[in-house]
Amino acid sequence: MPAAKAQAIFRGLMLVDADPAADAMELDRLGFWALGHYSPIVAVDGTDGLVLDTEGADHLQGGELPMITGIVNMFRGRRLTARAAIADTWGAAHACVRAIKRDTVIVPRGEIVRAVEKLPISLLRLPEKVVQDLRVLGFQSIGELSNTPRAPLALRFGPEVGRRLDQMFGRMNEPIEPIRTADLVEVSRSFQEPIGAAETINKYVGRLVVQLVAELEKRGLGARRTDLIVHKVDNTIQAIRAGTAKPARDIAWLTKLFRDRTEKIEPGFGIEKLTLVAVSAEPLAQEQKVSSLVEEENSDITPLIDVFANRGQRVYRVAPFASDVPERSIQRVSAVAEAVEEGWVSHWRRPVRLFSRPEQIQAIAMMPDYPPATITWRGKRHRVRRADGPERIFGEWWMRPSELEAVRDYFVIENDDGERFWIFRSGDGVGPETGSHKWFMHGIFA
Amino acid sequence: MMSAVRAQVLADLRERISSIEGEGAKKAGCLPFGVAEIDAILPGGGLAQGALHEFAGGGSGTVDGAAAALFAAGIAARTKGQVVWCLTRPDLFFPALAQAGLHSKRVIFVESDKEEDVAASMEEALSYGGLGAVVGEMVRLPMVVSRRLQLVAERTGTIALVVRRWRRQTEANDFGQPTAAMTRWRVSVLPSEALPVPGIGRPRWFLELMRSRAGECAEFYVGACDDKGRIHLSSGSGHGQDQAGRSRYSG
Repeated sequence: MPAAKAQAIFRGLMLVDADPAADAMELDRLGFWALGHYSPIVAVDGTDGLVLDTEGADHLQGGELPMITGIVNMFRGRRLTARAAIADTWGAAHACVRAIKRDTVIVPRGEIVRAVEKLPISLLRLPEKVVQDLRVLGFQSIGELSNTPRAPLALRFGPEVGRRLDQMFGRMNEPIEPIRTADLVEVSRSFQEPIGAAETINKYVGRLVVQLVAELEKRGLGARRTDLIVHKVDNTIQAIRAGTAKPARDIAWLTKLFRDRTEKIEPGFGIEKLTLVAVSAEPLAQEQKVSSLVEEENSDITPLIDVFANRGQRVYRVAPFASDVPERSIQRVSAVAEAVEEGWVSHWRRPVRLFSRPEQIQAIAMMPDYPPATITWRGKRHRVRRADGPERIFGEWWMRPSELEAVRDYFVIENDDGERFWIFRSGDGVGPETGSHKWFMHGIFA
Repeated sequence: MMSAVRAQVLADLRERISSIEGEGAKKAGCLPFGVAEIDAILPGGGLAQGALHEFAGGGSGTVDGAAAALFAAGIAARTKGQVVWCLTRPDLFFPALAQAGLHSKRVIFVESDKEEDVAASMEEALSYGGLGAVVGEMVRLPMVVSRRLQLVAERTGTIALVVRRWRRQTEANDFGQPTAAMTRWRVSVLPSEALPVPGIGRPRWFLELMRSRAGECAEFYVGACDDKGRIHLSSGSGHGQDQAGRSRYSG
């Protein structure tokens, strides 16, 4: 839209000159931030985007969906709008993120064709002139273009159209040239002959770790995120990222984290260069180990936690949370968080297994406050031999207004075989506004 | 004269066998239950440290594994140091374990998506050393996996507790398959101790020691873990029938 037209539509429109140079600089800064947080391979994509190769790095954020949701929310928290998409190829992700009006898009593996065939050809990253000419010929969507014979297209527009299509569908490889800053701690090793055997890779990774640790020691830093970047002879790059929960400068610890995953490296035709980068480092001072006569317990298990986390497993502790509602009374905290001293203050017995969703049961009970005489759960009838209760729990109206009147009455019941269950009735048995008066099974006691 | 010679020979043989078994097992020691009758049955006077122990529930406990998990938690609570708990189904309600004396600051959960990863995580944690106990909840425990866990546990002296938990009750006959575990227990729930008033007393368990290496099998009626993770021999001691008869009148 021309500026004059916009001014005619909106009275008092404020105009600011575009500043592409400053935009590019800011985009670079964003890129460095993403390099430290999300992925070892980051590059600027066009004038308004970043491309990240997140393979082998998303597990540190808990998977693909939590990662991109986190990215979008981070921008939203700063009142900026960002969109993120994950696809098998750079081209497909580029097109999807610009065409689909959703904050987060994940194109499943092998579904590229279905995802992009309806998208306009302007998203193919072709020069403006070529796109115009293709439109003149009647091409609108990428699907139409890819179903057309290549030879006449190549004759008229050159090889660029075919190349972009191949890159989008993953038929042709498109390396991402990662951005780098000067203050990254980086060591690398080039090989005269390409290497491929697992033992050889392990050997050189071990040597690189020694060099990296020496370099980190010189600067007084400890690594939080370390990337192993594998350059292969066919000009493809594979990256493996290892994160540590605390700054680390321990040779054995770092080596273990990478050796655990060297099997993930696909050497292909051979590896010509290995690079080890500490993308995110924090100050780590020298520490004196006290030597004592008493044999001390090894209580620092951070290395073990890192091993689990880098294998993609969820590592956590649980801590009490001030809430009367059972399922809200526990929270997951980081495994390296400060130890919480206090426990749960309750003298009521609690079940060992708690269902994430209470299961509805049939119960025969005297209202308002007697335990049931029999219950039917999962099609099986249990006669209640003994019972304890009710333990009344009120809704947390100060946090959720809808729970103003809600009540749950919990009972511990025991059947003839000695199986003990935790059941509750939604509602206090008198007022219909306190709940539906249905019965639910919520847990199993030992 | 004759008996003195025999005692000498037996002592000699014991020495040789224990040297074959390896140094680790001897050094690690035992974790007694504090119940004289149970400790007397177990070789060494308690659950061997640096060994694999297997627990399962009985009846519907084969699926929920509640009693077996609490029994394992009680054992873990009586060790010193951090506890790593590996699982795939995160339905454990920690306040119950806290009531068995296991503080939440001591436990690190490792949750995997796949069943096989539980064994791998356990092995990693056991080989790290310096932990109090490593607990794993799993469905299958093949001989090879159990052997690996047992060897790693022997090397570092950490106690490994496996809670078997099946998807269906019919799958639980798998529990008879041989494993390399040092002891194998089945924990079934029993009606709780009778109270003079309506209500549920201290829960009781029927504890079966189904296998014990170099020891005998036994059965016990016990009261469930208290707030320090200790069990006690149920005062109603007697047999299940007795107990059922009594509670019929009092309940």
